[in-house]
Amino acid sequence: MNNTDAKPIKIAAPLTDDVARSLKAGQNVLISGIIYTARDAAHRRLAELISLGQPLPVDFSGQIIYYAGPAPARPGYASGSAGPTTSYRMDPYTVPLLERGLKGMIGKGTRSKEVIEGMKKYGAVYFGAVGGAAALIARSIKKVEVVAYEDLGTEAIHRFHVEDFPAIVVIDSQGNNLYETEPPKYRKR
Amino acid sequence: MREIKAEIITSTVKNLFMEANYIIDRDVYEELKKACDTEVSPIGKSILKQIIENDEIAAKERIALCQDTGMAVVFAELGQDVRITGGDFNEAVNLGVREAYMEGFLRKSVVKDPLFERKNTNDNTPALIYVDIVPGDRLKIVAAPKGAGSENMSALRMLKPADGVEGVKNFVVDTVLKAGPNPCPPTIVGVGIGGTMEKAALLSKKALLRPAGQPNSDERYARLEKEILCEINKSGIGPGGLGGRMTSLSVHIEHFPTHIACLPVAVNICCHACRHASAIL
Repeated sequence: MNNTDAKPIKIAAPLTDDVARSLKAGQNVLISGIIYTARDAAHRRLAELISLGQPLPVDFSGQIIYYAGPAPARPGYASGSAGPTTSYRMDPYTVPLLERGLKGMIGKGTRSKEVIEGMKKYGAVYFGAVGGAAALIARSIKKVEVVAYEDLGTEAIHRFHVEDFPAIVVIDSQGNNLYETEPPKYRKR
Repeated sequence: MREIKAEIITSTVKNLFMEANYIIDRDVYEELKKACDTEVSPIGKSILKQIIENDEIAAKERIALCQDTGMAVVFAELGQDVRITGGDFNEAVNLGVREAYMEGFLRKSVVKDPLFERKNTNDNTPALIYVDIVPGDRLKIVAAPKGAGSENMSALRMLKPADGVEGVKNFVVDTVLKAGPNPCPPTIVGVGIGGTMEKAALLSKKALLRPAGQPNSDERYARLEKEILCEINKSGIGPGGLGGRMTSLSVHIEHFPTHIACLPVAVNICCHACRHASAIL
């Protein structure tokens, strides 16, 4: 858990159950493969489909959702700036997605107790990306496709093809949480 | 009476929002570098390095330094001897915002109705426009795109006068501590004290316009800013909320006379992407 200085490990997305469960809080990772964006409005639509018992536009089994709404890309760029958005807003919608096999989430900021319990139950992992490092992160996004909810603009579900997307395991599948364990080391009161 | 054409206002607003979104404020950049030098947490230091590299890439390539290019907040100081010709002031500003976000590859982040259909306006309008009428024949425009991650962590409280300095200090520090990693630390903390409820809120946003690290001109408030910053940075939250000493870069207080019964305090948190650009016409 204290290998926060360690060299990043390379992982492939989608995630296998074994890899998701083996990742430990504090590990730096470089993610390559496919990840999907979804944020507030897309989550709301997914939750509606789930409550109606209807199929989702994407099979999230094994997948990673990146909480992000990219800026438009300049010509010659695969993606516009695309840093993480704050994750707690997606908390009310997350457990049903974990039930459907979601293995990873990338965002920034705290998660609810319910989400962390769900992650432990279903063996999922929460990665932090650096909030506001949007132009830097965009360099690891090689191809962008809109796969659902195009009418939502930036809030549509995008499929990102990423190479060495930089992140850190903030909450692992055992519930170890860097937001809980790191700040006390630097607290001065 | 000096004339300023509406179309000049539009093109100025357009340029300002593009510049603000591509190029981080010089003073914020300097504070980030200082923070990176002093940060003791290895994760914190690595996050600050990534933020600095990010800001350098964005400025060089003229791309949005954060994908959340914000709601378009505009502060204008309009000289009373200025006459705006060839169009409506508010429309001219909104057109400038529209052109900046449409042509500048900036994200459109505004929904028309806040509660029901929440449909994107697709051009990032309307802008939030605050105009002060001042003496003279110039027009000053400040563009301040404001992201939602830190806006959502902001708070306002109507304190009792008896709560005093300690009450203010505790409320501001608690607000920042409660926000934890969510508002993208290291943050700039804008504080508005006094006036009425809405005045305090506006002061807290205006406080973010002051260059990072520049203290209040009133010594008592400057001391309070320092004390609050010191308390915040004892929290250990650190860059990205992943531990460290650099939770906030700067605390800025603005104050205003208030009612004998009131002590309003507003806290407007801004992420490290504290963006502004200004021009005088």
